[in-house]
Amino acid sequence: MKITLKLLTVLFVTLLISCGGKEEQKKEPISYGKKEVTVKTESAKEKATPASKKIDLTNKGVGPISSISLGEIDTAMAAEGEEIFKKMCTACHRPNKKFIGPSPQGLLERRSPEWIMNMILDPEGMVKNDPLAKELLIEFNGSPMANQNLTEKEARAVLEYFRTL
Amino acid sequence: MNTISKYMFSIIAFVLITSCGNNNNSGNTGAMNSSKAEKVYVAPGEHDEYYAFFSGGYSGNITVAGLPSGRMLKEIPVFSQFPTSGYGYSEETKPMLNTSFGFVPWGDAHHPDISQTNGELDGRWIFINENNTPRIARVSLETFETEEIIELPNSAGNHASSFVTENTEFIVAGTRFAVPNPQRDMPISEMKGQFKGPLSFVSIADNGRMNLEFQLNMPGFNYDLAHPGRNKSHGWFFFTSYNTEEANTLMEVNASQNDKDYIAAVNWQKIADFVKNGGGTKMAGKYAHNVYDEKTHTATSTIKDGVITVDPRDVKGAVFYIPIPKSPHGCDVDPSGEYIVGSGKLSTDLSVYSFDKILAAIEKEDFVDDSYGIPVLSYENTIAGVVAQPGLGPLHTEFDGLGNAYTTFFISSEVVKWKLGTWEVVDRQPTFYSVGHLMIPGGNSRKPFGKYMVAMNKITKDRYLPTGPELEHSAQLYDISGEKMELLSDFPTHGEPHYAAGIRADIIKDKSKKYYELSENEHPYVAKSESEAKVTRNGNEVHISMTMIRSHFSPDNIEGVKVGDKVYLHMTNLEQDFDVPHGFSIIGANTSEILVMPGQTKTIVWEPKREGVWPFYCTDFCSALHQEMQGYIRVSAANSNTPLKFTLDDE
Repeated sequence: MKITLKLLTVLFVTLLISCGGKEEQKKEPISYGKKEVTVKTESAKEKATPASKKIDLTNKGVGPISSISLGEIDTAMAAEGEEIFKKMCTACHRPNKKFIGPSPQGLLERRSPEWIMNMILDPEGMVKNDPLAKELLIEFNGSPMANQNLTEKEARAVLEYFRTL
Repeated sequence: MNTISKYMFSIIAFVLITSCGNNNNSGNTGAMNSSKAEKVYVAPGEHDEYYAFFSGGYSGNITVAGLPSGRMLKEIPVFSQFPTSGYGYSEETKPMLNTSFGFVPWGDAHHPDISQTNGELDGRWIFINENNTPRIARVSLETFETEEIIELPNSAGNHASSFVTENTEFIVAGTRFAVPNPQRDMPISEMKGQFKGPLSFVSIADNGRMNLEFQLNMPGFNYDLAHPGRNKSHGWFFFTSYNTEEANTLMEVNASQNDKDYIAAVNWQKIADFVKNGGGTKMAGKYAHNVYDEKTHTATSTIKDGVITVDPRDVKGAVFYIPIPKSPHGCDVDPSGEYIVGSGKLSTDLSVYSFDKILAAIEKEDFVDDSYGIPVLSYENTIAGVVAQPGLGPLHTEFDGLGNAYTTFFISSEVVKWKLGTWEVVDRQPTFYSVGHLMIPGGNSRKPFGKYMVAMNKITKDRYLPTGPELEHSAQLYDISGEKMELLSDFPTHGEPHYAAGIRADIIKDKSKKYYELSENEHPYVAKSESEAKVTRNGNEVHISMTMIRSHFSPDNIEGVKVGDKVYLHMTNLEQDFDVPHGFSIIGANTSEILVMPGQTKTIVWEPKREGVWPFYCTDFCSALHQEMQGYIRVSAANSNTPLKFTLDDE
């Protein structure tokens, strides 16, 4: 009987805590109908380099491509890559500006060719397994990179095109 | 406090004692149930062993379930509009539901049958018939989409359908309601001898295209069900018929007068040759032939006129009647092709005919009668055996490929297992309740997969939680791998599954299409990239070619549309990945949403009635930014001069 009493006490206390746990939350005043948001508050955290600006030329990413050697720029291949890029990628990437996703301009100065191809060929796997890809997803508001099912040859041509940008 | 705790303690103690007691009582059944549960349990993430395709009956569609779990995997729209995907609402799919009577938004689907090669299921297509506006549909088992629908003229109540021959040469359709052929204005009471029961033979080309080759203009009985001969009887078709009385009113009494009706045995190969050599006459008859093109993602409907009609008396040795007791329903052929099982639904016996004996009787011209010039064979000299009094109200029979047959009994609510050749009853199991068809995967072929059997019941009553007066029909899954059938599980089925077809999953699952190639999209209004997206005006017709990708439309701001315009929204999904459809709808559209598969283009028409700025959005949760997948169309007054303008991010 004593045990029951103890058990019941524990039960009641739990109930009381969960019911009574009303916390006063201080709310930031929010104003509606602002035409433009001009105020930018930059904290120390936000000043950290965004993933899109980070340079990591040793990271090959996680995916089907483990090694690529780049020679002279193959202009025919790059032209082919530009066509593929126009057809399959421009819904989210513009060659010269940030759009839904980052611009590929100067991409090879920030990423290894293997990383780029793995990102094209298996974006879901990259976001899961590559910390930088995951960071990029967060930077770009959780907008997922679509897997457009390019062949390895097509992805390689797109990479060649990126080298010309 | 003390009193309360005592009170609570006694309640807890009581609950504990009661639940323990229950456990003890049901100990034995519990153990048995757990082994049954294991047989139907498909672990999370694992796949079922079989696909089962259930006709939806008055839903007009097919539902796909996995076996043994009974989990519903998909509903395939066939004869009915389906707002879930926009089938029958989108401009591309509306022609699929066109008929010689105009657009018909609904159908009554009955008997699915899977294509065969050498008498075995090959998993290319599934066919299904429509009873009310006689039609046959072909559904691709790569895309699980309806690709073709052919209407059958001069026919009524296409029930004896859609059964395929063993190399998918032909598919048949019957006429369950005898009608004047060709249709004409005449007194109903003069039907006798005047009405006909045409049987339609539709050929299937290698690419699946259907063609109405000929109609056999049979006497005006009600041709109810059919099965093709297979193996040794390949080349023949067998149809049950009732109402040989040719009654036209109070049928439940007047069509049940004769002791025997007929099975029609039709040598279709002979008739096909006869037609190929110029036989038959062309009879008037308008019918729609609707074909969906996977490249343009668009269906076209063609109205055709005229059909070759064959008088069965003109082809010697091709058409015979065999007497069968009392208003037969099911007509099933065993895997060897030797036995034809007729179920006289008002009789208590099952009549099993021998194909060899039928051939011998024809050879000897052993005829006992003639019906409108068609020779009638003798019952006694064609019968192989009788399963005596196995139950009440026999309907349909399937086979396990091991020498056993399984027949449903509607009135006595049971499935009876019996042996071919000895006709002895081996086992019987109750169904819940009033079983119609049953299905053994492959049971309609030379090689059934004799592991499971599904009974499709007409009445549900108390099998599930009540859901008001209308209940989904109940199905029961039985393990038939042993001597005795074992009831494993119950599961609900949508609409009224008259019949189903099942196939081992591995035959089709690897061919299942994941997305459509954007590069192969030949839709006239496709936008294969955002740079191809555009808005054009032609009078008051506005065509918007818009793209969709996670997670935006392009363009997403459109101006210059006016009240009174007819706006065609051609949506192309730019994704090239598995399971990333986008949906589309806009306020004020008098149609359904459309669900656009990756690489596909679909169109809905929107006729804006009021000025304003009207939002549209993606209806299928596609990504974390799905809620942002939206846009606006500005609608100006009919006489305004707002210029046509379309942008995405002001570009």
